[in-house]
Amino acid sequence: MKTFLLELLKNEVLVYTLMAIVPLLWVIPFALFAVWWERKISAHMQDRLGPMFTGGWHGWSQTIADIMKLIQKEDIIPTAADKKLFMLAPYVVFTGSYAAYAAIPFAASYIGSEINIGLFYIISISSLVVVGLLMAGWASNNKWSLFGALRSAAQIVSYEVPVALSILAVVMVVGTFDLQEINHLQTGPIWNWLVFQKFPLLLFACLIYIIASLAEVNRTPFDLPEAESELVGGYHTEYGGMRFALLFLSEYANMFAVSAIAVSLFFGGWNSPFGDFLSGHWALDLFWFLGKGMTLIFVQMWLRWTLPRLRVDQLMYVGWKVLVPFSFAIILGIGVWVLAAGQ
Amino acid sequence: MEVTLTDVEPGRRPATIPGLGRPLRAEEMVISMGPQHPSTHGVLRLELVVDGEIVVDVIPHIGYLHRCFEKHCEHMTNYQQVIPYADRMDYVAAMSNEFGYVIAMEKMLKIQVPERVEYIRVIMAEFSRIISHLIAIGTYGLDIGAFTPFLYCMRDREHVLDIIEETCGARLLYNYMWIGGLSHDVKPSFQKQVREFCTYFRPKIKELNDLLSYNKIFIERTANVGVLPGDVAINYGASGPVLRGSGVNWDLRKNDPYSIYDRFTFEIPVGKGLKGKVGDCWDRYMVRVHEMEQSTNIIEQAVDQLPEGDVQSAIPKRIRPEAGEVYVRTETPKGDLGYYIVSDGTASPFRIKVRPPCFINLSALPAMCRGAMIADVVAVLGSIDIVLGEVDR
Repeated sequence: MKTFLLELLKNEVLVYTLMAIVPLLWVIPFALFAVWWERKISAHMQDRLGPMFTGGWHGWSQTIADIMKLIQKEDIIPTAADKKLFMLAPYVVFTGSYAAYAAIPFAASYIGSEINIGLFYIISISSLVVVGLLMAGWASNNKWSLFGALRSAAQIVSYEVPVALSILAVVMVVGTFDLQEINHLQTGPIWNWLVFQKFPLLLFACLIYIIASLAEVNRTPFDLPEAESELVGGYHTEYGGMRFALLFLSEYANMFAVSAIAVSLFFGGWNSPFGDFLSGHWALDLFWFLGKGMTLIFVQMWLRWTLPRLRVDQLMYVGWKVLVPFSFAIILGIGVWVLAAGQ
Repeated sequence: MEVTLTDVEPGRRPATIPGLGRPLRAEEMVISMGPQHPSTHGVLRLELVVDGEIVVDVIPHIGYLHRCFEKHCEHMTNYQQVIPYADRMDYVAAMSNEFGYVIAMEKMLKIQVPERVEYIRVIMAEFSRIISHLIAIGTYGLDIGAFTPFLYCMRDREHVLDIIEETCGARLLYNYMWIGGLSHDVKPSFQKQVREFCTYFRPKIKELNDLLSYNKIFIERTANVGVLPGDVAINYGASGPVLRGSGVNWDLRKNDPYSIYDRFTFEIPVGKGLKGKVGDCWDRYMVRVHEMEQSTNIIEQAVDQLPEGDVQSAIPKRIRPEAGEVYVRTETPKGDLGYYIVSDGTASPFRIKVRPPCFINLSALPAMCRGAMIADVVAVLGSIDIVLGEVDR
């Protein structure tokens, strides 16, 4: 895509800007859709109908109406808040979650930035979100927000360790940090997907990644930073209007980002599960990639509407005493396997 | 101030900074939970003194919903007018509140109500126990972070409300039990509807257990949390599921039978500490689940034995009791609800004093929460199942 655009426009700056905007074309409609989708999923799981009126068919435009409302809302900054930080925080959060999209391969022909340390980049750039959340919590000058921010900092920092370790397990098998290359390695039928390699070690790594990524994006059962029954709204208690919408948007962007990484690492990325059948075209690549990502998001939502929430100490227990040792064991196992197989 | 964590948790000591030679100084934070907070179950304000996530002390502040129930009663023009007001105390189980009051008044007036009235009252009181416990369990799920069980409970509650609505026209505040009778007789299809509900409801309790009660995370969150030993519960004067959750077998329907409760066979579920210590949040929660089963049993027995009769034959034309006093206590879903009524021989009460179970159960909250975490305060408060309408009156 980059070479094509370069030939077309002959201007590098313009091309890179365009490349950077492309994921946004997905993220914003996705967030709008996912909010509506989550409402419908939760409603059907709970014996309700969810939004039914706005827009006609099953309330499809409910989120659009909500966003319109949020845009029109009065811009409120609490008097006691740290104004600059308060205004800056949502953008930092969104930047952190959106920046991860640069290294996500949506199709064989499209990746925002082809860097050979794509995985490293994603792990490190998504930590920027924590800074934003801490800023939001601290600047609000609200004790509940502060609690939410501290919890999310502790949680995300802790759960980055198992996430990184489970990613490391994949890297040990494939020997590269480049996500596009990892995707190319998984071309072929469904059993070429990494989740089935070194069976069952990478399957466990995948489970650990999915559990830990739930904590990284603050989803149930790890939604403590915004536990509404304890902390009112967590770090975004004081936010309203468009700033709140931005925090919300980045939450959904994050959800898709972690799912997309899971898809790329374990579920064949943009590869068709049927080998050569239904593959080869960029639209099909995109279809498989987004389809798999949405499936994982459905799982996230399903968990959210089923499970209760953990307590802070239990969260830390699960992170440090369950997930981290297991991921070390997986790394050890893969190391032994790779050595023994002489690869 | 210096860290006082040592009082709370013997294993933990304040961290010492190397080279500084003195403990790290930290401050406790006072944080106000409520009166506008998602999980204080109304307008309750909890003043939390926290050390990080650990709660050093909890001070409940009440009175935000105070409506002068007792004073108002003294200014009613007659005794009948108290009933709609009694509805508004524990508004999720209004039938039970009326029940206690009308029994007290009938004792004062020495009225013998017809058998049919007694049976319908018991059915309604047990229905109100079921709907109250459904709300308690559902909102408890919300407190712990599980949203779906709440809506399942609301769905089941709707069936009961439909039956009650067909009977007396109201869904929340009924004014159904009158002194000496009932405002309406039940509809001819009542028995069939009630039986249908009982067969519908039993599998739903199992569904609830599968979804929430035996969920691993739910057990982790509630077992061994907010332990209230039996003797402490008695000392606080706790009653209802809070007392029974602590393993004390005390239920006024058995221990001091009123109305016709001695005619039914049912069990009193008590906390056994199956998942943790006796008297933890899970025990209190589970007592409510089992009580719903037992209430269904009572309703089935009562509806089978329901006699014919006129439900308004014993209603007195003029309520003017002799000077005197009466105290009647009944077992409401929340606990032991007592009415102390003093009459001076006129048509309006001289004094009405209520012993509210929620208010007294709430007093045990600080004892259960000290040393726990903020999330536990929410869990403990939910397991006490307070209704602020009754706490503040």
